[in-house]
Amino acid sequence: MTVETKEKKVKIATRDGFGHEIVELGLKNKNIYVVDIDIGKSCKTTGFMEKLPKQHINVGIAEQNAAGISAGLATTGKIPFISTYAVFGSLRMAEQIRQEVCYPNLNVKIACSHGGLTPANDGGSHQAIEDMGVLRTFPNMTVIMGADYYSTRKLVAQAAEHYGPVYLRFTRDAVPVIYDENEEFTIGKAKRLREGNDLAVIANGDTVHLALEAVKRLEQERFSVTLLDMHTLKPLDREAVVDCAKLGKIITVEDHNIINGLGSAVSEVVAETGGCIVRRIGVQDKFGESAPYEKLMEMNGITVENIVNTAKGLLSS
Amino acid sequence: MEAVSIEDLKQKAIELRQTALTMIYEAQSGHPGGSLSAADIMAVLYFKEMNVNPSDPKWDDRDRFVLSKGHVCPIQYAALLLRGFVPYENIHTLRQYGSPFQGHPDMKKCPGIDISTGSLGQGLSCAVGMAIAGQRDEKSYRVFAMVGDGECQEGQIWEAAQAANKYKLDNLIVFVDDNGLQIDGTCEEVMPNLDLERKFEAFGFETKRINGHDIEEIVRTLDEVKAAKNGKPKCLVCNTVKGKGVSFMEHSVGWHGVAPKEEDYRRAMLEIAGGLQP
Repeated sequence: MTVETKEKKVKIATRDGFGHEIVELGLKNKNIYVVDIDIGKSCKTTGFMEKLPKQHINVGIAEQNAAGISAGLATTGKIPFISTYAVFGSLRMAEQIRQEVCYPNLNVKIACSHGGLTPANDGGSHQAIEDMGVLRTFPNMTVIMGADYYSTRKLVAQAAEHYGPVYLRFTRDAVPVIYDENEEFTIGKAKRLREGNDLAVIANGDTVHLALEAVKRLEQERFSVTLLDMHTLKPLDREAVVDCAKLGKIITVEDHNIINGLGSAVSEVVAETGGCIVRRIGVQDKFGESAPYEKLMEMNGITVENIVNTAKGLLSS
Repeated sequence: MEAVSIEDLKQKAIELRQTALTMIYEAQSGHPGGSLSAADIMAVLYFKEMNVNPSDPKWDDRDRFVLSKGHVCPIQYAALLLRGFVPYENIHTLRQYGSPFQGHPDMKKCPGIDISTGSLGQGLSCAVGMAIAGQRDEKSYRVFAMVGDGECQEGQIWEAAQAANKYKLDNLIVFVDDNGLQIDGTCEEVMPNLDLERKFEAFGFETKRINGHDIEEIVRTLDEVKAAKNGKPKCLVCNTVKGKGVSFMEHSVGWHGVAPKEEDYRRAMLEIAGGLQP
C-alpha cells in the first residue's frame, strides 16, 4: 500500500505541529506537562503556557535540571514534554536523560525543535547533527522525526500514548505538507510513499519532501523507485528495510551526521540480513557554519539533484 | 506510624549501621564511610518521620525519599530491609546480579526506591519534580532528599535549588550530609564548598545547621521546620563524621569506597553495638 501524497502549496514547520498538538493533548489529559527551558517562543509552546498554566513549568536556562524535574514528575504519573532546541535537548542533558529517564524507563518525552542544520544562521554551535544518533544508543529510548506538519501532529499524539522515553525532533523551517491530515501513523512502522523495482530511497524528517521530488524526477525518466518515510529511527522498521534491500540498492537521506543516524541504522540492518549497496546522503561528518539553510544543505549534498544523480550512478553501475 | 522514642531510634541507628556494614562486608564492595555518616538521619526518616507503607511501596500519597548521593545506598537498603520493604534474605545480595540491591539505587529493581540515582548532582532535581507534582495535585505528601557535601560541587544541585525557590516548595526537605570528605581528600582541599548553610539560604531555603548524629536534635529540628507552610523549601545542613561509629573509619578518606576484611568487620560490629556519643 502506498500513500497518496498531496501536492499542496502549503508549507509549515514541524515545530508548529508540535505546538498545536500539545495544546490539544494537554486539554484532554491533565497529566500532560510541558517543561520549558526559556525558549518557549521558538519551540512553539506559548499556546500551552497560556491555556494550561497549571500543567506548565519553565525552569529557566537549566537543561539538566529540566531532565531531572521531568523524571520526578513522571514518577507521579505525569507525562512531561521537555521542550528545547535539539542540540541542548540531546547533548546538554544527555547523561541526565540516560540516568534519570532511560535507565528507570520513565515516561518522559524530549520534544526538540531546531533539529539538523535548520538553526542555519546561528552557526555550527546550534546545529544538531548528532542528536538522534546519541539518543538512539540509550536503551528504552524511542526516536522519532515527522516529515511534515500533519505527520508530526500524529506522531506527537502517538508518543503521548506510548509509555516510555521518546525523543521527538522538529525543525525550524517551513516544509511542504505532503500528507493528508487524516493519515494515520504508527511508531516503528515506516510510510511507503512509492513502490518501485529499481532501487529504494529511505529518508526522514525534512528530507522526505526532497526525496519525493527526486523520485518524481526519476519516474519521469522511467525509473521505478521505492520511497520510505522512516519517521521512527528507533525502533527501526527492519522489515521495511529488508524489503528495500531485496532491490539491491538503497539510498538514505537525512539532515543528520551520516554517522549513527538513519544511514547507519539502515546499514546495520542491511549488513545483518544479507546486504546490498547503501549510499548515505547526509552531513558528511563535519560541523556546519553560519549560512542560509539551503546553502548548508547544498554544501552537504542534501539536495534533490544529488539524490537523483546518486540514484542514476547506482542504476548505471 | 506509632510514637517512637529517641532511645528506640538510637537502637534503630545501631541496627542500620550493622546491617549496612554486613551487606558491604559480604559483598566485599560498597561505600561504608558515607553510609555510616548518614545512618542517624536515615533512622529518623524511616522509623519516625516518613509516611510510607512497606506493603504498598508505590502508594500515591506516600512521602518520597531521594538519595541523591546514591553510592551510600547500603544504609537505605538496610532501612528498607528492617522496615520490611524487601525480604530479609536479600541482606546477602548486595551488588549481585539480579539483586534488588544494585550498586546504586535502582527503582525498577528495589521496592521503596522512589527514583534511580547514582550519578551525583541529579537527584535533587528529581525531588523538585516530585514536589511540584504534589503541590499541583494538592497532595499532602512531602519529599525528602539527601545530598552530600561533595555532591554540592555539581552545578545541577543549584539549578534544582533555584527551582525549589521559584515554585515555593515547602513540601521539600533537603538533608545535606556534611561530612567534609570526598574521594580525593577533604572537600576543603578538593573544592571548598564555603558555607553550605548560607548558600542554601541565599537560594531561598529555610535553613538550619544541626548535629547529624544527635537523633534528638534531628527530630526536634524537623518538627520545627516541617510545620512551617511558608512557601520555603527546607534544608538541614547536618554536621556529620564520615565512618561515624567505627573508630578506625571515622574521618578517614580511605574508607569511602572500601569494604572491610573479616577482622575489621568484627571490630566494627562490636564498636557499633556499643552505641554513639553524639
